[in-house]
Amino acid sequence: MAEDVTKTADVAVMPGGWAGVRGGVLQALQGTKGYYAALIISGLLLLAAVAAGLHAKYIGTMHAYGATREVPWGILISTYVFFVVTSTGLCLVSAIGHVFGVKDFMPIAKRAIFLSIMTIMAGFFVIAFEIENPLRMAIYNVISPNLTSNIWWMGTLYGAYMFFMAIEFTFLVLNKPKIATIIGFMGVVAGVAAHSNLGAVFGMLHGREFWYGPYMPIYFIASAMMSGAATIIFFTWLAYKTNGQKMDAAMKRALEVTTKVGILLVSVILFFTAWKFITGFVGGEAKTAALEMLLTGSYAFNFWGLEVAVGMVIPLALFILSKGQNLKLIVTASALMIFGIFFMRYDLVIVGQLVPVYYELGVNEYTQMLSYTPSAHEILIVLGGIGFVGLTFLLGEKIFSGHKSEIH
Amino acid sequence: MILNKIKTEGLKKEDPGIIPAMERRAFLKMGLLITGVFAGGSILSATSIVEKAFASSREFADKYPYKPHYSMVIHQDRCIDCELCMTACVKANNVPTYGYRTRILERDDPKASERKREFIPVLCNQCNNPPCVLGCPTKATYKNPANGIVMMESKKCIGCKTCMAACPYNARYFNEETMAVEKCDFCFNSRLSKGEKLTACAEACPAKARIFGDLSDPASEVYQSVHNLEKTVWVLRPEAGAKPNVFYMKG
Repeated sequence: MAEDVTKTADVAVMPGGWAGVRGGVLQALQGTKGYYAALIISGLLLLAAVAAGLHAKYIGTMHAYGATREVPWGILISTYVFFVVTSTGLCLVSAIGHVFGVKDFMPIAKRAIFLSIMTIMAGFFVIAFEIENPLRMAIYNVISPNLTSNIWWMGTLYGAYMFFMAIEFTFLVLNKPKIATIIGFMGVVAGVAAHSNLGAVFGMLHGREFWYGPYMPIYFIASAMMSGAATIIFFTWLAYKTNGQKMDAAMKRALEVTTKVGILLVSVILFFTAWKFITGFVGGEAKTAALEMLLTGSYAFNFWGLEVAVGMVIPLALFILSKGQNLKLIVTASALMIFGIFFMRYDLVIVGQLVPVYYELGVNEYTQMLSYTPSAHEILIVLGGIGFVGLTFLLGEKIFSGHKSEIH
Repeated sequence: MILNKIKTEGLKKEDPGIIPAMERRAFLKMGLLITGVFAGGSILSATSIVEKAFASSREFADKYPYKPHYSMVIHQDRCIDCELCMTACVKANNVPTYGYRTRILERDDPKASERKREFIPVLCNQCNNPPCVLGCPTKATYKNPANGIVMMESKKCIGCKTCMAACPYNARYFNEETMAVEKCDFCFNSRLSKGEKLTACAEACPAKARIFGDLSDPASEVYQSVHNLEKTVWVLRPEAGAKPNVFYMKG
């Protein structure tokens, strides 16, 4: 789809500001067949998700979703986590250049900010179908806030985060980089606060040994950076394919340094993961049972195959082999990472609930691990979230002319 | 595990009835140590038993924070699994068919000397440090400031199910009619607030396995049981740190 893409306008020299946006809208009408096909597929996925979500609400989530009394959080929660982790990561990676002034990272910043807004919106889209009463949420989050609740802080701070990111992006489009930098900094602060609170949603559940402790908020932040690096590399490449352009030296350099961030953060997460297991095995029976499920039990393929191999070890090897130069290796590694990380979130959320709370009591009802299988409704909603990111990415590339308005 | 060791060490399998006096004494000693009775009144004060049972600091033992401080003592060995408590609960609280507020778990011990199976009734523990209340974003679930019961205000429930994931006792379910999470409220809405003295389950139990009352009242049966030096009182999953108000004992 990339080769015969329209080249009528040289987007690099397009005027900034809203005039540029207008030009971009016009350009969106001149996409290739491949572009439109991707656009339509994404749109259909989104529509199917809306239909599935509304149907689930209509027949009752108890019937539509795989989640149960014992495993109340399913793939919708883990996918929400996946999207918001990605969003926070994109924000952090973009901030290295655009907020903290490391020049090499500048070229990826604007697209990263745009995608961070779209991925958090995808997260909100998915969780809107998980939350049973979004209307009550809108009212009582405001008039009856519980300040000890991490989920309250997480939701509120993510709201602020999305607001800051949107304002920041607007100022970038308007070519007002100074204000954008200040707002961007506020976005980073809100994002880190929100994201560590998301970790704490799990880490503060003192009845759930698999999650409980300070590990989760810390792990979530490190993990976000890893996701962010992979996502921006992958989408930058995809954008150039879509727009049919060649990367300039600055962009190549940006991807090279982002690869280095990726190498560092994958190593950090591998380190974290190793120690989670080592410390976990001297813990209680319930925690050991959860870890065993990942190591040798029913989640072993997810863990070793998807999380460790596809999500971390192979990408790490490819990143290193690429020396930051071989784009094919870098992009392959990033795509594998994104895929693996999706299951990393899934395992984290699901396995944490699969050890019955009465497991250590030794009662007949709970001698086995619990199980959870996502339903068709849930899977459709997840695909819709992905469709949302695809759709907005494709539109964004055209409307904002490849996110090229200059950042200095 | 200890039991197995004592039974098998130095003994042939076919005569488990004969246990040398020393072994027997060691076993009893160990039992007393475990239960804390061995230390007797000289070391353990009445309050520290409660402290132990709560598995927490003495803040509750010194002064109960609620008046009445509703509590339930479950005599585990009295439960015969007749399930009348479950039926009564469903009836009193209009519990939907797909949910339950209390149930009876069973535990088998094939090596036990007499009864091989015991029954463990479970319900919301009305914790003093409830993870559900901590996690609820909108205060839809909260500690009743008067009596310590963990309540639900359905209209505020957004259905995020954090409380369900948080609960160390699997005491919560989502009600599709009210679109809110529900749980045991010690029959506060259905009975106590209307002048009744007992929960439906406690009233229905023919074996007096469930004793309900005010833990802050020294004359109450629950106070007497929990503060009895001769008995061992425990809570489920003390490691979760939720400080339950449902106690378990035998005898």
